[in-house]
Amino acid sequence: MDATIHVEGIIKRFGNVEALRGVDLKVFPGTVFGLLGPNGAGKTTMIRILTTLLQPDDGQATVAGYDVVRDAEPLRHVIGLAGQYAAIDENLTGQENLEMVGRLYHLTAEEATRRGEAVLERFELTDAANRVAKTYSGGMRRRLDLGASLVGRPQVLFLDEPTTGLDPRSRIEMWDIIRELVRDGTTLLLTTQYMEEADRLADSIAVIDQGLVIAEGTADDLKTRVGGEVLAIRVADRTQIGAAAGAVLGLGPGGGNADNERGEITLPVGDDGTGILTEAIRRLDAEKIALADVALRRPSLDDVFLSLTGHAAEGGETTAPAEEPQRGRKRR
Amino acid sequence: MSATTTTTTQVARSRTRLALSDWGVLTKRNLLTYIRKPDLLVFSTIQPVLFVLLFVYVFGGAFERILPANVTYVDFLMPGIIIQTSIFAALQTGVGLADDLQKGLIERFKSLPMARSAVLAGRTAADTVSVVFQIVLMVIVGILIGYRLHEGFVEAALAFLLIVAVGYTFTWVAAFAGLALKSVEAVQAATFTIVFPVIFVSSAFVPVDTMPSWIQPIARNNPMTIWVDTVRSLTLGEAFTDSPSELFRSIPDLGALAWQSIAWIAVILAIAVPVGVRMYRRT
Repeated sequence: MDATIHVEGIIKRFGNVEALRGVDLKVFPGTVFGLLGPNGAGKTTMIRILTTLLQPDDGQATVAGYDVVRDAEPLRHVIGLAGQYAAIDENLTGQENLEMVGRLYHLTAEEATRRGEAVLERFELTDAANRVAKTYSGGMRRRLDLGASLVGRPQVLFLDEPTTGLDPRSRIEMWDIIRELVRDGTTLLLTTQYMEEADRLADSIAVIDQGLVIAEGTADDLKTRVGGEVLAIRVADRTQIGAAAGAVLGLGPGGGNADNERGEITLPVGDDGTGILTEAIRRLDAEKIALADVALRRPSLDDVFLSLTGHAAEGGETTAPAEEPQRGRKRR
Repeated sequence: MSATTTTTTQVARSRTRLALSDWGVLTKRNLLTYIRKPDLLVFSTIQPVLFVLLFVYVFGGAFERILPANVTYVDFLMPGIIIQTSIFAALQTGVGLADDLQKGLIERFKSLPMARSAVLAGRTAADTVSVVFQIVLMVIVGILIGYRLHEGFVEAALAFLLIVAVGYTFTWVAAFAGLALKSVEAVQAATFTIVFPVIFVSSAFVPVDTMPSWIQPIARNNPMTIWVDTVRSLTLGEAFTDSPSELFRSIPDLGALAWQSIAWIAVILAIAVPVGVRMYRRT
């Protein structure tokens, strides 16, 4: 199968900073590809290159068969982009915003009106169609923005951090919308700093850090990389985290991480979950370290990111939507 | 004619047609913004109206003592004030573009299969419409407080065209500033700071001959002086051009003023347009 997005050795420098240091990616038709990484990893730079906003310094990329540099003009006809900020004109109504974009795709006035109405209907904005966008809530703006990127019926859609800054409810709404889009066969590349978002939406994921892809595969592949299950130990007294880490890190197949702030140690355990659990508890008991919580669990993408990069993903303040509040992903 | 040439011409023709359509779409969008934000237009017109009232009623008495008997201060002042209004109105282009940049709209436009020229062309065109609106408003305010045209309709129409052209020219200067500075506040501060001395060190409010001698050559070669004096020649007529008054003795004749006016506009546009377009491509 031919890849819809084919990226080979893309390098982009800004002055002395290498934002992308030789990135390769392949995204297949009709799939959702998640580009996962912390702030400043190069995600937005990659999107800007693939949507012809920026030219790479080296390497090659094609989208839907068009070279992003040589065929930039025809390429723009088949892509849609929704950036990190809701790029809508606040002084126009929802309908006017969409009609404007439709006209700029060179649709006829009637067709632009029709598609605008259809998009508003789909995103449940019909009631607000004739209100200026200034009066929209954050979630409505994002929906309108996403809607604008669909007016041209793109083959390939790029979403740059589609839920950053949204409250948990709007985020879940947005996820539903995105899932539905994919059902129509659109190929989608989205960036996110949220593990959970990539986990839920993406068929395959590339983890990007400091301008390099450091891991690639399905969410399951990546989780398997950490090796089976993860032992999570939370100490009762955070000042003992060092001692606890000394006692248990080194058990199992290797890796592991101690989070001083949360007083939590995560340790990949491979296949020997119960054995290592028993051993860890024995050792901690011997050191007289009281525990608040111990659990064996499937690794989250957080764990993957940690074990791959050695540092936590920088989620925003508004991480961790409703469903798994006890996991509390807030990390600094 | 070969088939290829025909196709090429057709493609070229349809490209032009599409580009024109894009310009239209964006001009309309920017004009809608003016309608939706009437406060913007109201406040940007209150300021020049205040200027006129303050100058005429506060300084007017003093100025009329030095002006020749057949020239009132209102008649002398209005060309300067109207051009100032035109330029200030044009600076809005920079603010608008910086705002579009900050909101991510420019990114969206650039990802669309539209003519690259449309964002700047549509913005400058719409802002020129606002320039025209504000000029007309100033003329009306002027007439209400006693401003009179001493020459004919043709001269007045030419003066009007010149003032609009000056405004259009400054929309491009402002476009460059907006794209270069990228922040609404910075653009506002920078453009006004640069434009203010240009407007004041000119014949806009006082005759150049009343200024200290070291400043006179600067003021006399300031394009603002040339535009203002051209409009004065066109609207005040002989009272200005053939005045025995010492204050007006160094004013060139209308022909010289006219071509210098056009030359300045051409030169500024010849620099600002390509530089602005390049800036747009790079942002």
